[in-house]
Amino acid sequence: MDLREKSRQLLENGDVKAVIGYERGTMGARRPAFIRKAERADRLVFDEACAQNLATYLTRPEVRKLGRVAVAARPDTLRAILQLMAERQVKEENVLALAGDGTVELGTAQAIEEHLATCAKELPARDREILDRLSRMDRAQRWAFWQAELSRCVKCYACRNSCPMCYCGHCTMDCNRPQWVPVASHALGNLEYHMVRAMHLAGRCVECGDCGRACPVGIPIHLLTFNCEESVHLQFGQRAGASSKLDYALSTFRPDDKESFIR
Amino acid sequence: MTDTNIYLPHLMRIAKITQEAPAVKTFRLEFMDAAAAEAFSFETGQFGLYSAFGEGESTFCIASSPTRKGYIECTFREAGRVTAALADKEEGDVVGFRGPYGNRFPIEQWKGKNLVFIAGGIALPPLRSVIWNCLDLRDWFKDITIVYGARSVADLVYKDELKEWEARPDVNLVVTVDPGGDVPGWTGKVGFVPPVVEALNPSPDNTVALVCGPPIMIKLTLPVLAKLGFSPEAIFTTLENRMKCGLGKCGRCNTGSSYVCKDGPVYTLEQLNSLPAEY
Amino acid sequence: MADNFFLPQASLDTLFAALTGDGRRILAPTDRDGRTELNPVTSPGDVAKDYLQTILSAKEAAFPKVERLMSFSTGAGSVDLKDAEPSAVPTVLFGIRPCEASGFKALDAVFNWDTRDRFFNARMEALAVIGIGCTRKDDACFCTSVGGGPGSTSGSDILLTPVEGGFLAEVLTEKGKAMAALAPEAFKADPGLEKKVVEVPVAFDQPGLTKRLKDRFEDGIWVEQSLRCVGCGACAFVCPTCVCFDIVEEADAKGGHRLRTWDSCGGHMFTLHASGHNPRETQAQRWRQRVYHKFSYYPERYDMLGCVGCGKCTRACPVDMNLQEHLAEAAQA
Repeated sequence: MDLREKSRQLLENGDVKAVIGYERGTMGARRPAFIRKAERADRLVFDEACAQNLATYLTRPEVRKLGRVAVAARPDTLRAILQLMAERQVKEENVLALAGDGTVELGTAQAIEEHLATCAKELPARDREILDRLSRMDRAQRWAFWQAELSRCVKCYACRNSCPMCYCGHCTMDCNRPQWVPVASHALGNLEYHMVRAMHLAGRCVECGDCGRACPVGIPIHLLTFNCEESVHLQFGQRAGASSKLDYALSTFRPDDKESFIR
Repeated sequence: MTDTNIYLPHLMRIAKITQEAPAVKTFRLEFMDAAAAEAFSFETGQFGLYSAFGEGESTFCIASSPTRKGYIECTFREAGRVTAALADKEEGDVVGFRGPYGNRFPIEQWKGKNLVFIAGGIALPPLRSVIWNCLDLRDWFKDITIVYGARSVADLVYKDELKEWEARPDVNLVVTVDPGGDVPGWTGKVGFVPPVVEALNPSPDNTVALVCGPPIMIKLTLPVLAKLGFSPEAIFTTLENRMKCGLGKCGRCNTGSSYVCKDGPVYTLEQLNSLPAEY
Repeated sequence: MADNFFLPQASLDTLFAALTGDGRRILAPTDRDGRTELNPVTSPGDVAKDYLQTILSAKEAAFPKVERLMSFSTGAGSVDLKDAEPSAVPTVLFGIRPCEASGFKALDAVFNWDTRDRFFNARMEALAVIGIGCTRKDDACFCTSVGGGPGSTSGSDILLTPVEGGFLAEVLTEKGKAMAALAPEAFKADPGLEKKVVEVPVAFDQPGLTKRLKDRFEDGIWVEQSLRCVGCGACAFVCPTCVCFDIVEEADAKGGHRLRTWDSCGGHMFTLHASGHNPRETQAQRWRQRVYHKFSYYPERYDMLGCVGCGKCTRACPVDMNLQEHLAEAAQA
């Protein structure tokens, strides 16, 4: 039994309307694949080269319309699914995660949480290297680092559109009454965009790194949201994607809040 | 290099503002530069890009007739960032205008014909230009019929001009409002435009129909005209796709391979039938 | 007819010095942390060693991602307009590939049909291209399927093709002659060099595709192909021929600027009306627009293609929307 066989069964039995998985792409890459017919399941692959977070598709109107779908899920994808459940964007009964080698069916939030407890999360070597470098910098150097990196941004929004947590139908970047952030991809427009994005993902980023992976000009923007997420973890002791019943750290007020201004 | 800046607007003074309906205004605009005013001419059906400086540009047809010299008029509904800023302007304020752009209604080809104008809501302005153009050349044409519908009596635009057309013996004006949109004392019709047109039963013989309105009105009126015997090449309309340049370059107003800013905004139904429905 | 020369590797120093000495900026592919980017250089040593292509295209030399179209100042009941002058720095694009060099023609077709775009033209006038033919390719390349080729001279003023010890230099245009004349000693007599470039197999029948598109508009293929598309602008922004733009305003109470920025037909806001109506509401409709614009509308309106087969979009796409593969599929019956 492998993911192909499992997908075939699920589609044939009508358990799911589609399997969102990976197939072979250009130059050895893996890319998202939408399998809606059992006979197409042979295209699926599920291996180390599969990188994208497929949870990003779960909030698309076209996918929502389908009903229950199965998703080939890496640990990052599972965390995104839990976070989307916590934010009431995805219903438990509409998603079947296929984890591990692709045959482990995780049909409930609890099953996903239990499975995730067995997965270790490791930062890629390149990210660790940049973070080490950043940690040795003073504030002015970090500012210069990010200004140089963000100067390459062309505002194609590949980061936003790839992010499983950037599901807003009308993004702040697309608002023009008022125009919160300049449309143009100049220094200010780029800086404000990425600052706003990082802030909007603080406490919500599942640290999949897809925004950075999507960036055509190689800006390690995922490290901005990782950093915000880490701050939220340090301040509030919780991580996005850990549970389907997570209150948003930055807008939930509790009597035992350590901040006194709210009382 | 002698190329001029094709994106540079003319400065226009708002000579007059008319509140037509809730959130709908008409501006009468005069060129601030005498040479630009002198050099300017347009034909009915053409459009322009109007600037509220600091907010951007918005596209509307020129709602006045080319037979009325010395100014242009535009009528717009407050819908987005630019139209909201324009709506805040007062008489005497300065706005920008680029144009005229696009093609035109071929009115000289309609000499000796009957004309039926059918408009809905805020889509009367493009037809108002051609209506006045034709009324100013009244002896070119035979019968002129105008059917105009709006959601409610309050939503009717050009209320004074409707009275003027009503009073003219050489115009057959039919004004209708949607059911529930009438008020006590309303003497016009109550009903949607398509059935009103059907009941009016205009003869398709030697007749040109011009239809402008919200997509749903157009969608339901075209079959009525077909049923009455109007052929696709005798039905004209205008498209209003989003555009940024008006010059066939920015790439967003096309429907199929046809650029609304250059090949339109005026199309016959025959032309539209050969294009994908990307409008 | 081109004049052919031998340009020894060592003579590039002379050529670069002559070009910079003439007051020209040289933009060339450079290696930045493994990314190939177009950057200003002053010596051949700054040029990336073994590159396929830059990530972003060279179009920004003539069509920058942000450009000022005009400025204005606003006062009580008055507005003053200030025309914008394009900052057309004399520039040499060195080492771009033949696909990209030919891309400027597709930009020119849009910027100059009917009315002339001063900003693009001023930059093009100040621009000269020294292309380098390709000795390698990757699976995203398909120039030969769209009328180009790894040794195509189209769009280059001088085309260099690597040979033992240097380059075969084809001096193709008046601009090319003017550059060669700045460093005549660098250009040696051609001993009969063979122009050898990589072979790029033809992947699909382009005239057949263009014909096939005529009756394929309502086909389910566009939905199927675009399911994984995330609707970002990466493909359009790296494309050497994507010309669509936005015009935006940046201002405060006293005045501001009107700017032109790159835009992408793949974004859901691109055709959205203020009323909320959207003629291209779904990603499938937007993907179809991208394909049709390049392979149906361009041939119809400008008698050329809106694609040069460089493959940048395929390389940049976060979800591997492989253009060549999709076109090959669409070309089939």
